[in-house]
Amino acid sequence: MSLLDTPLWEVIKGSFAPEVWGRIAPAIFETLYMTLLSSIIMLILGLLLGIMLTVTNPNGLVPMASLYTGSGWLINCLRSLPQMIMIILMIPVARLFFGKSYGTNACIIAIAASCIPMYARIVESSLLDIAKGKVEAAKSIGSTNFQIIFRILLPETVPSLIRGFTVAVIGVISMTALAGMFGAGGIGDIAVRFGYQRFQHDVLFAAVYILIILVQLVQFIGDFTSRRILRKRNLL
Amino acid sequence: MNGTTRAYLMKSRKECATCLPHQRAKLYSRHNIMGDYIEIKNLHKTYPTQNGPLEVLRGVDLSIRKGEIFGAIGFSGAGKSTLARCINRLEIPDKGEILIDGVDILKLSKQELLRERRKIGMIFQTFNLFEAKTVYRNISYPLEISGVPKEEIKRRVLDTAELVGLSDKLSAYPGGLSGGQKQRVGIARALVNDPHLLLSDEATSALDPQTTLQILELLKEINKATGITILMITHELDAIKYTCERMAVLEDGLIIESGPVNEIFHNPHSHTGELFAKVFLEFQRADSLMNGEGI
Repeated sequence: MSLLDTPLWEVIKGSFAPEVWGRIAPAIFETLYMTLLSSIIMLILGLLLGIMLTVTNPNGLVPMASLYTGSGWLINCLRSLPQMIMIILMIPVARLFFGKSYGTNACIIAIAASCIPMYARIVESSLLDIAKGKVEAAKSIGSTNFQIIFRILLPETVPSLIRGFTVAVIGVISMTALAGMFGAGGIGDIAVRFGYQRFQHDVLFAAVYILIILVQLVQFIGDFTSRRILRKRNLL
Repeated sequence: MNGTTRAYLMKSRKECATCLPHQRAKLYSRHNIMGDYIEIKNLHKTYPTQNGPLEVLRGVDLSIRKGEIFGAIGFSGAGKSTLARCINRLEIPDKGEILIDGVDILKLSKQELLRERRKIGMIFQTFNLFEAKTVYRNISYPLEISGVPKEEIKRRVLDTAELVGLSDKLSAYPGGLSGGQKQRVGIARALVNDPHLLLSDEATSALDPQTTLQILELLKEINKATGITILMITHELDAIKYTCERMAVLEDGLIIESGPVNEIFHNPHSHTGELFAKVFLEFQRADSLMNGEGI
């Protein structure tokens, strides 16, 4: 069904038809798979990178100017690349890892390369936001730096880390859609092939519903958990 | 300290240059029972600022006796907090010497410093509690990181909580406590490791007068019960008047006066001392007026 020859209302009605959803169902799973895996990789590496940035900061626990400036520079470089260019850049890397430059797994590398630096910066700003006094109290008690990071810094900032992660996951979802153009499969692929190339706007609409629902869901879960933790700590 | 003790001390200092700090401390404390417990000599600290270097401490000399509550008073920017923070090396002084029970804090290795810090409690104006942890976990944290067995942690946390009057709040989070209760948690957290020294950095400055009095009372009680030495940094006269026997007045990074509290308040020799004394005496007059005694 196309908007070119069918009224909008008919197309919307058509977008709920079983054959549309039969076509889109496997793509939903591909998108979920890409989002989940990329998000996990982003969470782990982004956290580590963010912690490193915070710790090596000139005012941090272990100031290391060269490492801080160096990694900051690298992160800025990666972040200054538009996502589409990052996907193209990562094609040879994906070939190296998976033996092919297309497909869901291949695109996870590009998504990670693009989203890890973003989440690292979010983590950094969350960790820097902690009241300086808490770190000082932990120091005055005789905590090692390791204990300060893992027993004070991270637990204290969990609500804001969760909120930042929510933003980052939504970034990942939007990038999976873009990756669809480059052979990653998923909702983006469906939207391009059916909605753009074949004018099947009912399928395009269905893809849009899925993306909206997905993003709303992620936002809701993120808000809910971080508020719950804040409420438990009597901070809300 | 007379000449012979000094010579003896120098000798034993050499003898135990290789032993652990707590052993060293023991060795010294034998000679030090009546003498100075904390000795600060010629302490300098400069901060770099946009308008050039700022000299916060300009050669502070101070000695504090074992088991006393010593007050350090001064206006904002006089360097009192920096002084306290140098003692547990939250700040690293540029020059000078800090001896606690004979142990030179500035010469400790990283490991030794961690161990020493566990024996120096600190409480803050802003409490600095861990909001992600319950009151119980706040108090138990210092024990957890020193690897104390679980059973003992529980016993000591419960004891300390009782001492500060928080037994019924152990499962609460600090976010739900009042200022006074928060500072009690801070005190419990600072005391749970059985420290020999408590640094109080404006601990009552964020509290209302009544709560301030309760906290000061608590600190006095603890001092009496455990014999812990307390260094009280404050700009509040009442806090000093109420708790300390001896005090020092800081001005522009220097100790310009030190001695028994009464002497300084009644016969101040410095500008800051005079100002504080004036306020102090005014208050006293107001007090006696209110009590109907007349002037």
